[in-house]
Amino acid sequence: MRLTDTLRFARDAATGYPMRTTLSVLAMSIGVAAVVILTALGDGARRYVVGQFSSLGTNLVIVLPGRSGTGGFNPANAITTTPRDLTIDDAGSLRRLPGTRRVAPLAVGTSEINYGGKLREVMVAGSTAEFIPIRNFEIAQGLGLPEEDWNRGSSVAVIGAKIREEMFGANPAIGQIVRVGDRRLRVVGVLKSTGQGLGMNTDELVIVPVSLALAMFNSNTLFRIMIEANSRDAIPSTKEQVMETLKQRHRGEEDVTVITQDAVLATFDKLLGALTLAVAGIAAISLAVAGILVMNVMLVAVTQRTGEIGLLKALGATARTIRFAFLAEAAMLSAVGALVGYLLGQLGAFALRQFFPVFPAYPPDWAVIAGLSTALATGLIFGVMPARRAARLDPVQALMKH
Amino acid sequence: MALIELSGIERRFLLGDTTVHALAELNLQIEAGEYVAVMGPSGSGKSTLLNLLGLLDRPNEGTYRLEGRDVTTLSPDEQATVRSTRIGFVFQSFHLVPRLTAAENIALPMTLAGIPLAERNKRVAQALKDFGLDQRADHKPDQLSGGQRQRVAIARATIMQPALILADEPTGNLDRHTGDEVVNLLEALNATGVTLIVVTHDQGMGARARRQLVMEDGRLKSDSAAADISNLGKISG
Ligand SMILES: Nc1ncnc2c1ncn2[C@@H]1O[C@H](COP(=O)(O)OP(=O)(O)O)[C@@H](O)[C@H]1O
Ligand SMILES: [Mg+2]
Repeated sequence: MRLTDTLRFARDAATGYPMRTTLSVLAMSIGVAAVVILTALGDGARRYVVGQFSSLGTNLVIVLPGRSGTGGFNPANAITTTPRDLTIDDAGSLRRLPGTRRVAPLAVGTSEINYGGKLREVMVAGSTAEFIPIRNFEIAQGLGLPEEDWNRGSSVAVIGAKIREEMFGANPAIGQIVRVGDRRLRVVGVLKSTGQGLGMNTDELVIVPVSLALAMFNSNTLFRIMIEANSRDAIPSTKEQVMETLKQRHRGEEDVTVITQDAVLATFDKLLGALTLAVAGIAAISLAVAGILVMNVMLVAVTQRTGEIGLLKALGATARTIRFAFLAEAAMLSAVGALVGYLLGQLGAFALRQFFPVFPAYPPDWAVIAGLSTALATGLIFGVMPARRAARLDPVQALMKH
Repeated sequence: MALIELSGIERRFLLGDTTVHALAELNLQIEAGEYVAVMGPSGSGKSTLLNLLGLLDRPNEGTYRLEGRDVTTLSPDEQATVRSTRIGFVFQSFHLVPRLTAAENIALPMTLAGIPLAERNKRVAQALKDFGLDQRADHKPDQLSGGQRQRVAIARATIMQPALILADEPTGNLDRHTGDEVVNLLEALNATGVTLIVVTHDQGMGARARRQLVMEDGRLKSDSAAADISNLGKISG
């Protein structure tokens, strides 16, 4: 039998039993749609987190006070070793390293801001001029922190968009004097509104020179030192140099932790990638179930059409012809199911993106290809048994079943 | 050389722990172009004989030569090819594929044999005309009368231009009048040289054949051709 005739024959047979055909197509399409939608969710989560992390800055190397043996945050270590202070001068020493583009010390605490009788609690970040470009923050009005001696900060502040809104309303903020804690600071800039991200919310942030912040919090130690490496390739060597420099400054003790954004990113990337894979695997189980359903449907078809199979044999069909005809039918059921499922899945992912625009719910190519080929393969594999059964029927017995 | 040569054919079925001899000690020769009626009571082995002749079944013992070739030892695929090219079946219950049109049912043996579409269409068009089915080409079997269905089945049996047509009670599901029409069609085919073997219950129809075989308990009880020969012997002797 010619291929086109085999396909036509299989198609007519499939459409001849609409209920059965619809059922198996549906089962297969649900399986494929599940793979597409679930991997879109998983990969969307991965992209979202990675995107958020990247927005923290580029090529970042971050120094934390305290030592952590494995590079993770181990509370036991934090207790046993009393870390030496991470100072402004420590940060300053890193500026001379060859691989670094920018360095910013960071001290963090909470305080109160007061202007014209209005009072509210704020998050205060003490840093230097390069903090804003390192973190990719943008200035909406005015300027950032001035370039100056890090140990002698001037009495200025850059405020978040929401703080400006609440304190000043429609009035100009630049040049006004606000009180933060016990200091009187002149507002020199306003940050562009960013909304809630994975990092800190800058809208309710007040940025002041780092020496001011340490004095305000009555502290000597920094929260972080942020270093921007010259390039992605420079990250590992920068990390090493940072560690070496600080070790020397701290009398040979490795009492700081240096992490790279890259490493954190890679960890998240891997973790969420694995999650997507697991989800895809679970969804693939439904494909196997669909395959078994196709097999059952085809077995029923063989039983229902036993008389027809006997006739085909009487008319000169070889076992091979009959096997192909039934296999083609099973393949067709799964192919149509896979196609419908793919469209349903893409539609579902599209709907997800419409409802949650920040969430990039696109199914990854590998998942789509794997889902479709698994559907086709299960359909074919599970179609083999019924097809062989059909081909092996005894023609005389089969002809009597009519 | 005879078209069909059966010698020492045995076909046994196991029913529980008893053995049924559906065919026993069967020796038979049928020449090309003959018109043979196979008769006998129900269960006498007529259908078993026809299935065997049509290569749908194999004997337990004995040899079957078709056109001089021992076909009992052929592989299933080779037997399928013989069925496809040399043998046409007509069944009591028509055995049309319900989802295919009359034209598609007639074309089915050619489709299975992989004959190109153009050739198929040409032959089907001719067959539809020959069997008075031109107006019914696109009808499904359930839109056809019994007589029309059997005409489609006969058209299908002849579309590959076989040497042998095997019909198992082809008029069993038809009324007298349409039954006669179908028999006329089959006889017309026989007149063109096709060997025709018909299983029938109907004495009248059996009598129309030039040769009658009567079966009983799987054995050949009488063969009109053999009787002629023995009569001939008596006359000459
Ligand atoms: N597949 C089978 N299994 C067991 N017995 C069978 C089978 N086919 C036929 N027979 C037996 O063989 C005998 C001949 O059957 P069959 O050729 O159908 O008779 P007929 O067609 O003359 O009525 C019967 O006794 C029947 O029961
Ligand atoms: Mg019978």
